[in-house]
This record gives sequence, C-alpha cells and structure tokens, in this order.
Amino acid sequence: MKKLATLLFAVLASCLAGTAISDTGGLNSLRGSTDLDKVRQADDMKRIPRDRETFERDYLHQPPLIPHQVRGYVVDLNSNKCLSCHSWTNYKKSGATKISMTHFATRDGQTLADVSPRRYFCMQCHVPQSDAKPLVDNSFKTVDALDGK
Amino acid sequence: MANTTTKRGLIARYGALLKRPSTVAMGVILALGFIAGVVFWGGFNTALEMTNTETFCIGCHEMEDNVYQEYKETIHYSNRSGVRATCPDCHVPKDWTHKIVRKIQASQEVWGKLTGFINTRDKFLDHRKEMALREWQRMKESDSRECRNCHNFEYMDFSEQGKRSVSMHSTALASGEKTCIDCHKGIAHHLPDMDGVEGWH
Ligand code: HEC
Ligand code: HEC
Ligand code: HEC
Ligand code: HEC
Ligand code: HEC
Repeated sequence: MKKLATLLFAVLASCLAGTAISDTGGLNSLRGSTDLDKVRQADDMKRIPRDRETFERDYLHQPPLIPHQVRGYVVDLNSNKCLSCHSWTNYKKSGATKISMTHFATRDGQTLADVSPRRYFCMQCHVPQSDAKPLVDNSFKTVDALDGK
Repeated sequence: MANTTTKRGLIARYGALLKRPSTVAMGVILALGFIAGVVFWGGFNTALEMTNTETFCIGCHEMEDNVYQEYKETIHYSNRSGVRATCPDCHVPKDWTHKIVRKIQASQEVWGKLTGFINTRDKFLDHRKEMALREWQRMKESDSRECRNCHNFEYMDFSEQGKRSVSMHSTALASGEKTCIDCHKGIAHHLPDMDGVEGWH
C-alpha cells in the first residue's frame, strides 16, 4: 500500500513536471505575459528629465534622489564631476546643495579634512529618476518628521 | 658695324616688346602665372584640408586608441540631432590666419610622433595633463572660438535649456566673466588629474 502510494505520487509528480515544461504560455510577470519562445517587444527607452524640482525625502538618512541628468558625469581617480558643483568650495557658485557633514565621516565616526573615501563615488547611493511609471503600488508612508502635515 | 646694329636692334626690339608687349604673349604669361598660382595655392590648401579631417587626426594610433575612443561615448559623437563635431572642429581654427598658426604649432607634434613621445597608453596618460592644460589655455585665450563656431550665445534659447544651464549661461557667460571652456572641461575626452585646476575639487 505504501509502495503504491509512492508510485502514484511519483507518476503524478512527473506528469505535473511534464506539463510545467511543455506549457510555455501564460507566464505572467511585471512586464506582462509573453510566450517563453517569443521575443518580447522592448519598452520605449525611459528618459531622465534634464532638470526638475528636488524630490521630497521619505525617511531620515535617505540619500536624496538626483533631480537632474547625469549623462557624461565622470567620477574617477582623476576627477569628480559631482563635486565640481556640490563640494563646499563650489556649491555657492553653482547653486547646488552642498554635501552634508556625513560625507566627511569615516565609518569610525572620525571627520576628515576632505570627502571620505566611502562617500567619494556618489552614484553608489544617489540615483536620478526616469519618467517611468512605477510597476507596482507602493504603500510606504513617509516618516512623521518629513511628512509635512 | 652691321653686327652691332643687329644687336642694338635686338635689344631695342625686346625693349619695345616689354614696353608694348604683344597681347598674346602677355596673355600666355598671365595665364601660366595664374595656373601656377592656382595649382600652388590649391595644392597647399588641399594639403591643409587633408590634414584637417578626422580620418587624418585618428590616422595615428596615439589618437585613435586614446582620445578617439573616449570621444565616441560623448554627445559630440552621437546625439539626437545627428550633428557631429569632429576633431578639427574643436581643435583647428576656421579662419585662415589662426589656422596657419595652429598648423605650424602642429608640426612640432609631428616631431613628437616621430620620437614616440606618447606612443603607449601609459605615456599618453603621463602627458595628458600638460596637453590638456595647453588646450584649455588656447581656448581660454580665444574665448572658446571653436565652440562658438557652432554654439552661438546670441541664439541660445533659455526657455529650452535646463535650469542649471540657464542659471550659469545668463550670468557668468552672458557677462563675459567666464567662457565655455571654464565650465565645460572634459566635454569630449576623459580628464587628467584635476588637482589644482580652478573650479575642480
Ligand atoms: C553643474 C552642476 C552640478 C553637477 C555637475 C551635479 N549637480 Fe547635483 N545638483 C545641482 C543643482 C543646481 C541641484 C539643485 C539644487 C536645488 O534645486 O535646490 C542639484 C541637486 C542634487 C541633489 C538633490 C539634493 C537635494 O537636497 O535634494 C543630489 C542628490 C545631487 N544633485 C547629486 C549629484 C550627483 C551624484 C552628481 C554627480 C553624478 C551631481 N549632483 C552633479 C548641480 C549639479
Ligand atoms: C554611502 C552613501 C552615500 C554616498 C557614496 C554619497 N552620499 Fe550624499 N547622502 C547620503 C545620505 C544618506 C544623505 C542624507 C543624509 C545625510 O545628509 O547624510 C546624503 C545627502 C546628500 C546631499 C544633501 C545634503 C543636504 O544637506 O541635504 C547631497 C547634495 C549629497 N548627498 C551629494 C553627494 C555627492 C555629491 C556625493 C559624491 C561625492 C555623495 N553625496 C555621496 C549618502 C551618500
Ligand atoms: C561642429 C559643431 C560643434 C562644435 C565645434 C562644438 N559643439 Fe558642442 N554640441 C554640438 C552639437 C551638435 C551638440 C548636440 C546637440 C543636441 O543634439 O543636443 C552639442 C552639445 C554640447 C553640449 C551639451 C551637452 C549635453 O549633455 O547636453 C555642451 C555642453 C557642448 N556642446 C559644449 C561644447 C564646447 C565646450 C565646445 C568647444 C570645446 C563645443 N561644444 C564645440 C556641436 C558642436
Ligand atoms: C559659468 C559656467 C558656464 C559657462 C561659462 C558656460 N556654460 Fe554651458 N552649461 C553650464 C552648466 C552648469 C550647464 C548644465 C549642466 C550640464 O549640462 O552639465 C550647461 C549646459 C550647457 C549646454 C546644454 C544646455 C541644455 O540645457 O540643454 C550647452 C549646449 C552648453 N552648456 C554650451 C555652452 C557653450 C557653447 C558655452 C560658451 C559659449 C557655455 N556653455 C558656457 C555652465 C556654463
Ligand atoms: C567638442 C570639442 C572636441 C572634439 C570634437 C574633440 N576634442 Fe580633443 N579636446 C577638447 C578639449 C576641450 C580638450 C581639453 C581637455 C579636456 O577638456 O578634456 C581636448 C584635448 C585633447 C587632447 C589633449 C589630451 C587630453 O585628453 O586632454 C588631444 C590629444 C585631443 N583633444 C585630440 C582630439 C582628437 C584626436 C579628436 C577627434 C577624435 C578630438 N580631440 C575631438 C575638445 C574636443
């Protein structure tokens, strides 16, 4: 009896597996449903607006989103395009927000004389936003301190 | 006696000819001179123009392997309107006098080529800063003349530009306090170490 049950189960399982493999259609993802053997039409390229209003922040310690295009902005050993506007020496002339104190701190909490190495590559934390519609709803609630109500 | 007369006659005849040249001879001389001039001038300018193409500029691997590869990723190589700025557009003046001056300077660069001054990537990078500084200096002195051949401040439509562009162009650029290259370094190539360069970190 036990053996029979195992056999039945094995047969059933292999059938299921079989259908799963042979059935390539109807797979749904956030990008819509396309048969696995078809190549899906790519979406239009998303654009990043050249300049826009700064974004509201949703929680404390959120790295603010970049409200402008960053195409061609190089950050490497030789130069840091972001700091040519956002550094403390340059922010007044460029009208940009100056980087905050935390950008000078090491992970041990020491404040350095210049941008801390761990904050040098800005785009690790700060990213621009394209004009794409969100794929899923988001019920994140802005923390009280920043809610503005 | 007879000889001298002939001689004098000959000289006199030539003299007369020079004083009142036959129109045909004169025409021939003029035409030859004209053609020679055209050939020389044309040849000279054709040669100049030949060295004024992108193909020539990247004909040597020093340029092809370094600056050209970098430039290919920038807006002056590919953009929505399909208008390209090639090497000479930015690096060689358009008007004749400035062009000749630049070309004569460039002959020193040929010497650099022959002696293998920057014939490896490492050597190129070692010398990049001095070369860049020289270009910035040249553009600063000419008030970014080559940029302005294509981009004319008079015709910039501020309503079409981004906020950050307008805030700089309508102030420091409009007043003449700054010129294009002061703010737009590294527009076509990777930058050298910017330590000590004004406006950089
Ligand atoms: C040409 C100057 C310039 C450059 C270069 C530049 N920015 Fe900005 N940035 C600005 C200005 C101006 C603002 C807008 C400030 C405002 O509107 O209050 C801004 C805003 C921002 C903000 C939003 C600040 C906030 O409080 O919300 C972030 C983040 C930012 N930039 C990051 C970057 C990063 C990262 C780079 C490099 C990839 C960069 N920026 C390069 C000028 C610049
Ligand atoms: C490790 C992540 C990280 C990196 C790397 C980083 N930032 Fe930030 N940045 C933050 C966070 C988090 C905040 C918000 C809280 C704060 O001020 O520390 C912030 C805030 C800012 C602000 C707003 C400051 C203010 O006073 O509101 C600017 C502007 C900014 N960063 C620019 C930069 C630039 C330019 C770089 C590159 C040189 C950079 N950041 C690198 C995490 C980062
Ligand atoms: C042969 C003409 C030409 C010359 C010379 C030229 N440009 Fe451009 N430039 C263009 C074109 C074309 C575009 C792209 C326009 C578009 O489609 O958006 C452009 C775009 C730009 C942009 C916009 C970058 C962006 O990300 O949107 C800047 C900045 C710029 N040029 C600066 C310069 C500077 C500085 C110089 C001189 C060193 C220069 N240009 C020389 C034709 C030229
Ligand atoms: C005082 C600094 C400054 C000067 C001088 C300056 N620019 Fe700009 N320019 C900027 C800034 C800042 C931006 C916007 C940020 C960016 O594109 O990186 C910009 C953007 C641009 C753009 C893109 C415009 C847009 O919004 O679509 C072009 C093209 C341009 N500059 C060309 C020039 C030319 C040509 C000159 C010289 C006639 C010049 N700039 C002089 C600071 C300057
Ligand atoms: C849009 C204008 C522009 C175009 C197009 C351009 N350059 Fe440049 N070039 C510059 C500027 C500006 C500099 C000064 C350094 C800098 O800002 O990057 C420079 C610097 C250089 C240097 C000195 C080394 C360095 O990297 O600073 C060389 C060599 C050079 N360019 C060669 C070329 C060649 C070859 C081409 C064609 C493939 C070319 N350039 C196209 C603007 C341009």
